[in-house]
Amino acid sequence: MDVSVTVNGTTYARDVEPRKLLIHFLRDDLDLTGSHVGCDTGNCGACSVLVDGVLVKSCMLLAVQANGASIETVEGLSENGELTPLQQSFNEHHALQCGYCTPGMLMSATALLRENPSPSEDEIKKALQGNICRCTGYWNIVEAVKAVGK
Amino acid sequence: MLLREVEYVKPGSVAEALELLAANDGARALAGGQTLINVMKARAASPDMLVDLNGLPELKGIELASDGTLAIGAMTTYTELMRSAEAKARPILGEVCATIADVQVRNRGTIGGNVCSNDPTNHLPPLMVAVGATMTVLGAAGAREVPAEEFFLGVYMTAVGPGELLTKISIPAGKKDGFAAVTLGADGTCLANAAATVNGSVRVALGCVDAVPVVVTAGSPDGIADAVRSAGLDPPSDVHASAEYRLHLTTVVATRAAEEAASR
Repeated sequence: MDVSVTVNGTTYARDVEPRKLLIHFLRDDLDLTGSHVGCDTGNCGACSVLVDGVLVKSCMLLAVQANGASIETVEGLSENGELTPLQQSFNEHHALQCGYCTPGMLMSATALLRENPSPSEDEIKKALQGNICRCTGYWNIVEAVKAVGK
Repeated sequence: MLLREVEYVKPGSVAEALELLAANDGARALAGGQTLINVMKARAASPDMLVDLNGLPELKGIELASDGTLAIGAMTTYTELMRSAEAKARPILGEVCATIADVQVRNRGTIGGNVCSNDPTNHLPPLMVAVGATMTVLGAAGAREVPAEEFFLGVYMTAVGPGELLTKISIPAGKKDGFAAVTLGADGTCLANAAATVNGSVRVALGCVDAVPVVVTAGSPDGIADAVRSAGLDPPSDVHASAEYRLHLTTVVATRAAEEAASR
Protein backbone atom coordinates (compact mmCIF):
# COMPACT_ATOMS: atom_id res chain seq x y z
CA MET A 1 0.00 0.00 0.00
CA ASP A 2 1.14 3.52 -0.70
CA VAL A 3 1.97 5.35 2.49
CA SER A 4 2.98 8.97 2.84
CA VAL A 5 4.16 10.24 6.20
CA THR A 6 6.01 13.28 7.43
CA VAL A 7 8.72 12.37 9.91
CA ASN A 8 10.50 15.20 11.71
CA GLY A 9 9.45 17.57 8.94
CA THR A 10 10.53 15.43 5.99
CA THR A 11 7.87 13.75 3.85
CA TYR A 12 8.45 10.15 2.81
CA ALA A 13 6.35 8.16 0.32
CA ARG A 14 6.82 4.39 0.34
CA ASP A 15 5.09 1.19 -0.68
CA VAL A 16 4.44 -0.67 2.58
CA GLU A 17 3.04 -4.08 3.41
CA PRO A 18 0.00 -3.67 5.71
CA ARG A 19 1.49 -6.10 8.21
CA LYS A 20 4.52 -3.89 8.87
CA LEU A 21 4.56 -2.20 12.28
CA LEU A 22 5.31 1.51 12.39
CA ILE A 23 8.51 0.94 14.38
CA HIS A 24 9.92 -1.34 11.66
CA PHE A 25 8.87 1.12 8.97
CA LEU A 26 10.76 3.90 10.76
CA ARG A 27 13.84 1.80 11.41
CA ASP A 28 14.10 -0.45 8.34
CA ASP A 29 12.44 1.55 5.56
CA LEU A 30 13.37 5.08 6.58
CA ASP A 31 16.62 4.19 8.35
CA LEU A 32 15.56 6.21 11.39
CA THR A 33 17.03 3.89 14.00
CA GLY A 34 16.75 6.24 16.96
CA SER A 35 13.49 4.66 18.08
CA HIS A 36 14.23 1.26 19.56
CA VAL A 37 12.52 -2.12 19.65
CA GLY A 38 12.68 -3.33 23.24
CA CYS A 39 10.02 -5.86 24.13
CA ASP A 40 7.86 -5.80 20.99
CA THR A 41 4.86 -6.48 23.24
CA GLY A 42 3.77 -2.94 24.05
CA ASN A 43 5.24 -2.96 27.54
CA CYS A 44 8.62 -1.25 27.46
CA GLY A 45 8.02 2.02 25.61
CA ALA A 46 11.43 2.12 23.87
CA CYS A 47 9.57 2.59 20.55
CA SER A 48 7.53 5.60 21.75
CA VAL A 49 6.99 8.30 19.12
CA LEU A 50 4.54 11.15 18.62
CA VAL A 51 1.94 10.67 15.87
CA ASP A 52 0.14 13.94 15.13
CA GLY A 53 1.30 15.11 18.53
CA VAL A 54 -0.02 12.05 20.38
CA LEU A 55 2.40 9.80 22.25
CA VAL A 56 2.09 6.18 21.10
CA LYS A 57 4.08 2.97 21.15
CA SER A 58 5.03 2.41 17.52
CA CYS A 59 5.10 -1.39 17.93
CA MET A 60 1.32 -1.34 18.41
CA LEU A 61 0.46 0.65 15.31
CA LEU A 62 0.68 -0.46 11.68
CA ALA A 63 2.72 1.75 9.38
CA VAL A 64 -0.28 2.01 7.04
CA GLN A 65 -2.31 3.47 9.91
CA ALA A 66 0.10 6.39 10.03
CA ASN A 67 -0.63 7.32 6.40
CA GLY A 68 -0.93 11.10 6.18
CA ALA A 69 0.31 11.61 9.73
CA SER A 70 3.07 13.81 11.05
CA ILE A 71 5.46 11.78 13.18
CA GLU A 72 8.11 12.99 15.60
CA THR A 73 10.94 10.73 16.69
CA VAL A 74 13.99 11.25 18.88
CA GLU A 75 16.01 12.27 15.80
CA GLY A 76 13.80 15.34 15.45
CA LEU A 77 14.34 16.73 18.93
CA SER A 78 17.66 18.52 18.51
CA GLU A 79 18.10 21.17 15.84
CA ASN A 80 21.43 21.87 14.12
CA GLY A 81 23.24 19.72 16.66
CA GLU A 82 21.81 21.74 19.54
CA LEU A 83 20.30 19.55 22.24
CA THR A 84 16.86 20.43 23.60
CA PRO A 85 16.79 21.55 27.26
CA LEU A 86 15.40 18.09 28.09
CA GLN A 87 18.22 16.28 26.30
CA GLN A 88 20.74 18.60 27.93
CA SER A 89 19.21 17.84 31.30
CA PHE A 90 19.45 14.08 30.66
CA ASN A 91 23.14 14.65 29.95
CA GLU A 92 23.72 16.73 33.08
CA HIS A 93 21.78 14.43 35.40
CA HIS A 94 23.33 11.24 34.06
CA ALA A 95 19.79 10.16 33.19
CA LEU A 96 20.95 7.28 31.04
CA GLN A 97 23.06 4.25 31.69
CA CYS A 98 22.97 1.82 28.76
CA GLY A 99 20.82 4.30 26.82
CA TYR A 100 18.47 1.77 25.28
CA CYS A 101 15.29 3.23 26.81
CA THR A 102 16.42 6.84 26.33
CA PRO A 103 14.71 7.60 22.98
CA GLY A 104 11.37 6.49 24.40
CA MET A 105 11.95 8.28 27.70
CA LEU A 106 12.77 11.50 25.83
CA MET A 107 9.62 11.28 23.70
CA SER A 108 7.37 10.57 26.70
CA ALA A 109 8.95 13.40 28.69
CA THR A 110 8.68 15.72 25.66
CA ALA A 111 4.97 14.93 25.39
CA LEU A 112 4.54 15.58 29.11
CA LEU A 113 6.38 18.92 29.10
CA ARG A 114 4.36 20.20 26.13
CA GLU A 115 1.13 19.66 28.04
CA ASN A 116 2.42 20.43 31.48
CA PRO A 117 5.56 22.60 31.48
CA SER A 118 6.03 22.34 35.27
CA PRO A 119 5.11 18.77 36.23
CA SER A 120 5.31 17.53 39.80
CA GLU A 121 7.44 14.50 40.63
CA ASP A 122 4.30 12.40 40.83
CA GLU A 123 3.11 13.65 37.44
CA ILE A 124 6.51 12.85 35.92
CA LYS A 125 6.44 9.31 37.28
CA LYS A 126 2.92 8.74 35.96
CA ALA A 127 3.87 10.16 32.57
CA LEU A 128 6.85 7.82 32.32
CA GLN A 129 4.95 4.77 33.55
CA GLY A 130 4.88 3.26 30.07
CA ASN A 131 8.65 3.42 29.72
CA ILE A 132 10.79 0.78 31.34
CA CYS A 133 14.48 1.35 32.11
CA ARG A 134 16.15 -2.01 32.23
CA CYS A 135 19.09 -0.45 34.13
CA THR A 136 16.51 0.77 36.69
CA GLY A 137 17.99 4.25 36.43
CA TYR A 138 14.67 5.93 37.09
CA TRP A 139 15.84 8.28 39.82
CA ASN A 140 18.06 10.37 37.57
CA ILE A 141 15.55 10.29 34.72
CA VAL A 142 12.89 11.80 36.97
CA GLU A 143 15.42 14.32 38.30
CA ALA A 144 16.33 15.34 34.74
CA VAL A 145 12.71 15.94 33.76
CA LYS A 146 12.02 17.76 37.01
CA ALA A 147 14.96 20.11 36.42
CA VAL A 148 13.62 21.14 33.00
CA GLY A 149 10.18 21.74 34.43
CA LYS A 150 11.32 24.35 36.90
CA MET B 1 7.79 -8.68 14.96
CA LEU B 2 6.51 -9.44 11.49
CA LEU B 3 2.81 -10.16 11.51
CA ARG B 4 1.21 -12.78 9.32
CA GLU B 5 0.16 -11.27 5.99
CA VAL B 6 -3.03 -9.31 6.39
CA GLU B 7 -5.18 -7.11 4.20
CA TYR B 8 -5.87 -3.62 5.51
CA VAL B 9 -8.94 -1.55 4.73
CA LYS B 10 -9.87 1.83 6.14
CA PRO B 11 -13.59 2.34 5.47
CA GLY B 12 -15.02 5.83 5.12
CA SER B 13 -18.28 5.09 6.94
CA VAL B 14 -19.76 2.71 9.49
CA ALA B 15 -22.00 1.28 6.77
CA GLU B 16 -18.95 0.43 4.68
CA ALA B 17 -17.22 -1.10 7.72
CA LEU B 18 -20.24 -3.33 8.36
CA GLU B 19 -20.30 -4.44 4.73
CA LEU B 20 -16.62 -5.34 4.84
CA LEU B 21 -17.01 -7.28 8.10
CA ALA B 22 -20.07 -9.12 6.82
CA ALA B 23 -18.57 -9.97 3.42
CA ASN B 24 -15.24 -11.31 4.70
CA ASP B 25 -15.17 -14.24 7.11
CA GLY B 26 -11.61 -13.52 8.16
CA ALA B 27 -12.18 -9.80 8.72
CA ARG B 28 -11.73 -8.27 12.11
CA ALA B 29 -12.45 -4.75 13.32
CA LEU B 30 -9.32 -2.85 14.37
CA ALA B 31 -10.02 -0.32 17.13
CA GLY B 32 -7.09 1.06 19.13
CA GLY B 33 -5.05 -2.05 18.44
CA GLN B 34 -3.49 -2.11 21.89
CA THR B 35 -4.62 -5.72 22.36
CA LEU B 36 -5.27 -6.93 18.81
CA ILE B 37 -1.88 -6.03 17.33
CA ASN B 38 -0.15 -7.85 20.18
CA VAL B 39 -2.24 -11.00 19.92
CA MET B 40 -1.56 -10.94 16.17
CA LYS B 41 2.17 -10.90 16.93
CA ALA B 42 1.68 -13.99 19.09
CA ARG B 43 -0.50 -15.53 16.31
CA ALA B 44 -3.24 -15.93 18.92
CA ALA B 45 -5.37 -14.07 16.37
CA SER B 46 -4.72 -14.24 12.64
CA PRO B 47 -7.32 -12.19 10.81
CA ASP B 48 -7.11 -12.10 7.01
CA MET B 49 -8.36 -8.54 6.91
CA LEU B 50 -8.24 -5.64 9.31
CA VAL B 51 -11.08 -3.13 9.06
CA ASP B 52 -9.64 -0.01 10.66
CA LEU B 53 -12.32 1.91 12.55
CA ASN B 54 -10.03 4.88 13.20
CA GLY B 55 -11.20 7.94 11.35
CA LEU B 56 -14.94 7.22 11.60
CA PRO B 57 -16.38 10.29 13.35
CA GLU B 58 -19.69 8.43 13.87
CA LEU B 59 -17.93 6.20 16.40
CA LYS B 60 -16.27 9.06 18.27
CA GLY B 61 -17.40 11.56 20.82
CA ILE B 62 -19.09 11.82 24.20
CA GLU B 63 -22.53 13.38 24.50
CA LEU B 64 -24.46 14.24 27.62
CA ALA B 65 -28.24 14.16 27.14
CA SER B 66 -30.61 16.41 29.10
CA ASP B 67 -31.67 13.44 31.27
CA GLY B 68 -28.04 12.93 32.29
CA THR B 69 -27.39 9.90 30.09
CA LEU B 70 -23.92 9.73 28.60
CA ALA B 71 -23.56 8.42 25.06
CA ILE B 72 -19.97 7.38 24.45
CA GLY B 73 -18.78 6.45 20.97
CA ALA B 74 -17.12 3.04 20.91
CA MET B 75 -13.90 4.48 19.43
CA THR B 76 -13.45 6.98 22.26
CA THR B 77 -9.99 6.56 23.77
CA TYR B 78 -9.31 6.27 27.50
CA THR B 79 -7.48 9.61 27.35
CA GLU B 80 -10.47 11.30 25.71
CA LEU B 81 -12.76 9.89 28.37
CA MET B 82 -10.45 11.08 31.16
CA ARG B 83 -10.39 14.62 29.73
CA SER B 84 -14.03 14.92 28.79
CA ALA B 85 -16.10 17.48 30.71
CA GLU B 86 -19.29 15.56 29.77
CA ALA B 87 -17.93 12.29 31.18
CA LYS B 88 -17.72 13.93 34.61
CA ALA B 89 -21.44 13.14 34.82
CA ARG B 90 -20.21 9.69 35.88
CA PRO B 91 -16.81 10.44 37.47
CA ILE B 92 -15.86 6.79 38.01
CA LEU B 93 -15.43 6.33 34.23
CA GLY B 94 -12.49 8.71 33.90
CA GLU B 95 -11.06 7.58 37.23
CA VAL B 96 -10.89 3.93 36.17
CA CYS B 97 -9.59 4.77 32.69
CA ALA B 98 -6.73 6.67 34.36
CA THR B 99 -5.57 3.38 35.94
CA ILE B 100 -5.41 1.44 32.66
CA ALA B 101 -1.86 0.66 31.53
CA ASP B 102 0.09 3.84 30.66
CA VAL B 103 -0.13 7.12 28.74
CA GLN B 104 0.73 5.59 25.37
CA VAL B 105 -1.84 2.80 25.67
CA ARG B 106 -4.50 5.20 26.98
CA ASN B 107 -3.88 7.48 23.98
CA ARG B 108 -4.76 4.68 21.53
CA GLY B 109 -6.86 2.17 23.44
CA THR B 110 -10.62 2.57 23.17
CA ILE B 111 -13.55 1.88 25.46
CA GLY B 112 -15.18 -0.18 22.72
CA GLY B 113 -12.07 -2.24 22.08
CA ASN B 114 -11.74 -2.93 25.80
CA VAL B 115 -15.24 -4.27 26.28
CA CYS B 116 -15.32 -6.13 22.94
CA SER B 117 -12.13 -8.02 23.76
CA ASN B 118 -13.76 -9.04 27.08
CA ASP B 119 -10.56 -10.16 28.69
CA PRO B 120 -11.84 -11.23 32.14
CA THR B 121 -9.00 -9.25 33.77
CA ASN B 122 -9.96 -5.97 32.05
CA HIS B 123 -11.37 -3.22 34.24
CA LEU B 124 -14.17 -2.04 31.98
CA PRO B 125 -16.38 -5.16 31.79
CA PRO B 126 -17.21 -5.15 35.55
CA LEU B 127 -17.42 -1.35 35.50
CA MET B 128 -19.92 -1.37 32.62
CA VAL B 129 -22.06 -3.92 34.46
CA ALA B 130 -21.91 -1.94 37.71
CA VAL B 131 -22.92 1.39 36.17
CA GLY B 132 -25.75 -0.20 34.21
CA ALA B 133 -24.37 0.55 30.75
CA THR B 134 -26.32 -0.23 27.59
CA MET B 135 -24.41 -1.27 24.48
CA THR B 136 -25.62 -0.37 21.00
CA VAL B 137 -24.74 -3.13 18.55
CA LEU B 138 -25.19 -2.39 14.85
CA GLY B 139 -25.49 -4.92 12.07
CA ALA B 140 -27.10 -5.39 8.68
CA ALA B 141 -30.46 -5.93 10.42
CA GLY B 142 -30.18 -2.63 12.26
CA ALA B 143 -29.25 -1.57 15.76
CA ARG B 144 -30.09 -3.36 18.99
CA GLU B 145 -29.60 -2.31 22.59
CA VAL B 146 -27.90 -4.84 24.83
CA PRO B 147 -27.65 -4.33 28.61
CA ALA B 148 -24.06 -4.77 29.86
CA GLU B 149 -25.13 -7.77 31.95
CA GLU B 150 -26.13 -9.59 28.75
CA PHE B 151 -23.29 -8.22 26.62
CA PHE B 152 -20.42 -10.27 28.06
CA LEU B 153 -20.88 -13.90 27.04
CA GLY B 154 -17.56 -15.64 27.68
CA VAL B 155 -13.79 -15.20 27.65
CA TYR B 156 -13.11 -12.94 24.63
CA MET B 157 -16.76 -13.33 23.60
CA THR B 158 -19.50 -10.71 23.57
CA ALA B 159 -22.95 -10.16 22.09
CA VAL B 160 -21.30 -8.53 19.05
CA GLY B 161 -21.72 -11.18 16.39
CA PRO B 162 -20.04 -11.67 13.00
CA GLY B 163 -20.66 -8.70 10.74
CA GLU B 164 -21.66 -6.48 13.66
CA LEU B 165 -20.06 -3.55 15.46
CA LEU B 166 -20.40 -2.03 18.89
CA THR B 167 -21.08 1.62 18.07
CA LYS B 168 -22.09 3.29 21.32
CA ILE B 169 -22.20 2.80 25.08
CA SER B 170 -24.92 4.61 27.04
CA ILE B 171 -24.46 5.19 30.75
CA PRO B 172 -26.82 6.94 33.17
CA ALA B 173 -25.41 9.78 35.28
CA GLY B 174 -24.47 9.02 38.88
CA LYS B 175 -21.87 9.59 41.54
CA LYS B 176 -22.14 6.82 44.11
CA ASP B 177 -19.63 4.49 42.47
CA GLY B 178 -16.44 2.80 43.59
CA PHE B 179 -13.73 0.72 42.00
CA ALA B 180 -10.84 -1.28 43.44
CA ALA B 181 -8.28 -3.66 41.99
CA VAL B 182 -5.15 -5.56 42.90
CA THR B 183 -2.69 -5.54 40.03
CA LEU B 184 0.85 -6.72 39.39
CA GLY B 185 2.81 -3.49 39.67
CA ALA B 186 1.01 -0.16 39.72
CA ASP B 187 -1.21 -0.66 36.68
CA GLY B 188 -0.25 -4.09 35.42
CA THR B 189 -2.11 -7.36 34.94
CA CYS B 190 -5.12 -7.55 37.20
CA LEU B 191 -5.54 -10.29 39.83
CA ALA B 192 -8.84 -9.10 41.25
CA ASN B 193 -11.11 -6.15 40.54
CA ALA B 194 -14.55 -4.95 41.52
CA ALA B 195 -16.85 -2.09 40.57
CA ALA B 196 -19.60 -0.99 42.97
CA THR B 197 -22.65 1.22 42.86
CA VAL B 198 -24.90 2.24 45.71
CA ASN B 199 -28.56 2.89 45.00
CA GLY B 200 -30.27 2.01 48.24
CA SER B 201 -28.51 -1.36 48.35
CA VAL B 202 -24.95 -2.07 47.27
CA ARG B 203 -24.33 -3.79 43.95
CA VAL B 204 -20.84 -4.99 43.08
CA ALA B 205 -19.64 -6.44 39.75
CA LEU B 206 -16.60 -8.69 40.15
CA GLY B 207 -13.96 -9.20 37.48
CA CYS B 208 -11.19 -11.83 37.22
CA VAL B 209 -13.24 -14.57 38.93
CA ASP B 210 -15.19 -15.93 35.98
CA ALA B 211 -15.46 -15.60 32.19
CA VAL B 212 -17.90 -12.73 32.61
CA PRO B 213 -18.47 -10.20 35.41
CA VAL B 214 -20.34 -11.64 38.40
CA VAL B 215 -22.80 -9.45 40.30
CA VAL B 216 -23.28 -9.66 44.07
CA THR B 217 -25.50 -7.44 46.21
CA ALA B 218 -25.85 -6.59 49.89
CA GLY B 219 -27.71 -4.14 52.07
CA SER B 220 -24.51 -2.34 53.04
CA PRO B 221 -20.75 -2.54 52.30
CA ASP B 222 -20.34 -4.65 55.46
CA GLY B 223 -22.28 -7.45 53.85
CA ILE B 224 -20.35 -7.57 50.58
CA ALA B 225 -17.51 -9.87 51.69
CA ASP B 226 -20.05 -12.50 52.80
CA ALA B 227 -21.98 -12.04 49.56
CA VAL B 228 -18.77 -12.74 47.61
CA ARG B 229 -18.01 -15.83 49.70
CA SER B 230 -21.48 -17.24 49.23
CA ALA B 231 -21.63 -16.55 45.49
CA GLY B 232 -20.29 -20.00 44.65
CA LEU B 233 -17.28 -18.58 42.81
CA ASP B 234 -14.59 -20.84 41.41
CA PRO B 235 -11.92 -18.37 40.27
CA PRO B 236 -9.00 -19.50 38.12
CA SER B 237 -5.61 -20.38 39.61
CA ASP B 238 -2.46 -19.23 37.91
CA VAL B 239 1.18 -18.45 38.63
CA HIS B 240 0.20 -15.13 40.25
CA ALA B 241 -2.63 -16.23 42.51
CA SER B 242 -4.23 -19.50 43.59
CA ALA B 243 -8.01 -19.73 43.37
CA GLU B 244 -8.26 -19.45 47.15
CA TYR B 245 -6.06 -16.36 47.28
CA ARG B 246 -7.88 -14.74 44.35
CA LEU B 247 -11.18 -15.32 46.13
CA HIS B 248 -9.77 -13.67 49.25
CA LEU B 249 -8.52 -10.70 47.19
CA THR B 250 -11.96 -10.45 45.63
CA THR B 251 -13.64 -10.07 49.04
CA VAL B 252 -11.12 -7.29 49.80
CA VAL B 253 -11.51 -5.31 46.55
CA ALA B 254 -15.29 -5.78 46.56
CA THR B 255 -15.48 -4.34 50.08
CA ARG B 256 -13.17 -1.43 49.19
CA ALA B 257 -15.20 -0.61 46.08
CA ALA B 258 -18.46 -0.80 48.04
CA GLU B 259 -17.11 1.44 50.81
CA GLU B 260 -15.90 3.98 48.28
CA ALA B 261 -19.28 3.99 46.54
CA ALA B 262 -21.14 4.40 49.83
CA SER B 263 -18.89 7.29 50.90
CA ARG B 264 -19.63 9.50 47.88
